[in-house]
Amino acid sequence: MAEPLVVLSGVNKHFGDLHVLRDINLSVDRGEVVIVIGPSGSGKSTMCRTINRLETFESGSITIDGKPLPQEGKELAQLRADVGMVFQSFNLFAHKTILDNVTLGPIKVRKKAKAAAEKEAMALLERVGVAHQAQKYPAQLSGGQQQRVAIARSLAMEPKVMLFDEPTSALDPEMINEVLDVMIGLAKDGMTMIVVTHEMGFARKAANRVVFMADGQIVEQATPEEFFTNAQSNRAKDFLAKILTH
Amino acid sequence: MGELFAQFDVWSAFGQTLYLAFFSAIGALIIGTILAIMRVGPVGIFNKAGAAYVNLVRNTPLTLIITFCLIALHYQLKIYLAPEDSPTSIVDNGVRWAIVGLTVYHAAFVCEALRSGINTVPTGQAEAARSIGLTFTQSLREVVLPQAFRGAIAPMASVLIALIKNTTVAYAIGVAETAAFMRDGLEFRPDLSFLIFVLVAGFFVLLTMPLGIALTHLSQRLAVKR
Ligand SMILES: Nc1ncnc2c1ncn2[C@@H]1O[C@H](COP(=O)(O)OP(=O)(O)OP(=O)(O)O)[C@@H](O)[C@H]1O
Ligand SMILES: [Mg+2]
Repeated sequence: MAEPLVVLSGVNKHFGDLHVLRDINLSVDRGEVVIVIGPSGSGKSTMCRTINRLETFESGSITIDGKPLPQEGKELAQLRADVGMVFQSFNLFAHKTILDNVTLGPIKVRKKAKAAAEKEAMALLERVGVAHQAQKYPAQLSGGQQQRVAIARSLAMEPKVMLFDEPTSALDPEMINEVLDVMIGLAKDGMTMIVVTHEMGFARKAANRVVFMADGQIVEQATPEEFFTNAQSNRAKDFLAKILTH
Repeated sequence: MGELFAQFDVWSAFGQTLYLAFFSAIGALIIGTILAIMRVGPVGIFNKAGAAYVNLVRNTPLTLIITFCLIALHYQLKIYLAPEDSPTSIVDNGVRWAIVGLTVYHAAFVCEALRSGINTVPTGQAEAARSIGLTFTQSLREVVLPQAFRGAIAPMASVLIALIKNTTVAYAIGVAETAAFMRDGLEFRPDLSFLIFVLVAGFFVLLTMPLGIALTHLSQRLAVKR
């Protein structure tokens, strides 16, 4: 087996006195889909954000495709281009059209010609089902459509791995599935994904592994089937009891 | 009215005011933008330097800054902004130092107007920009500043209007602009004082009001929908 694509080893991070990430060790293989779940405040978002260094960390190391995360600067920007990120609140560029949102990275970072970038962007927008909205602005789209555009924007960079931080939790219930369907498609196509979500359906359908976090630690890891039916730790059992009764 | 225009060079005074306002505005916009970038950027020492500039300059009277430019920098330190041997040296240096003073002073306000614009841009926008691999400079240029400028148009309008009116301070160092015309007019034709006041006020209103209306309109039209 080739070396894992994403490796966190011994990662520690504090927010002031709060020890948000405690000695995190996690490897994600190529093509693997890892779900991160855990109670609110357990550090799931922070872990995601340290992987593309939107947050700094104090000790330990993170490598992507064998390369350690560089410090701030051009190299870090290059590395971030290889790591897609989809946010809970979409964060589409509010002053740009849907099409320009998707082509910005390919043109400015990958130095593609505008025409080629637009052609590829239209194909991606087609794939996520919002091609007919290409000339609109983000505020004119529904939440579900915006999140699908955000996924297309990440995909346009041809990332090696994609991070999703609760991509559906800001959405109205009827829009959740349209986004999950796109993500399931990605997983089937072999994209390496780290997904913070409490969507059990998605976990069962698309995930290879579930990582359970509590108090800044990874408490337990298992296949979805095993984790949901036979969690080992008490923290995980408690947590599952709470979310499954909803 | 005709008498006034015959006796004083009103047009050249108005022209001088426009000249001062135009070049100081361009200077203040450029320096103010640089200051704003320094203040929001990731480099601690730039943050501090930018903040120090703004606090120092913003809290110093403009008259003091402009007189300092001419007396201390020009007369004392002999810094010439126009050739010493040219026949119009005195006038040119006066005008250019006035522009420097106006620029330096209003740059601080432009910086703060821009920062208030930057504060209208949610942090998620910059995070998304960085996460697709844009560098710090690219995310500023492509994502943050275009939105910040739109959010800054309204506060910027106030700064520009203040700048236009503040050009009258250049009269303190002898620049022949509108306030200087007013002083001469009142001195030599006190019988026309009302007319002079109305003329000068009318000139400034004519200059600033359309600017205010246009910028308000622009800021509404360009407002970023979220
Ligand atoms: N920028 C910050 N400054 C200070 N504390 C922070 C910051 N961001 C997060 N925290 C704290 O760190 C802890 C972990 O936060 P994080 O957002 O990673 O949790 P999470 O598992 O994603 O929770 P949720 O399910 O609510 O999204 C929380 O206690 C949070 O209050
Ligand atoms: Mg979170």
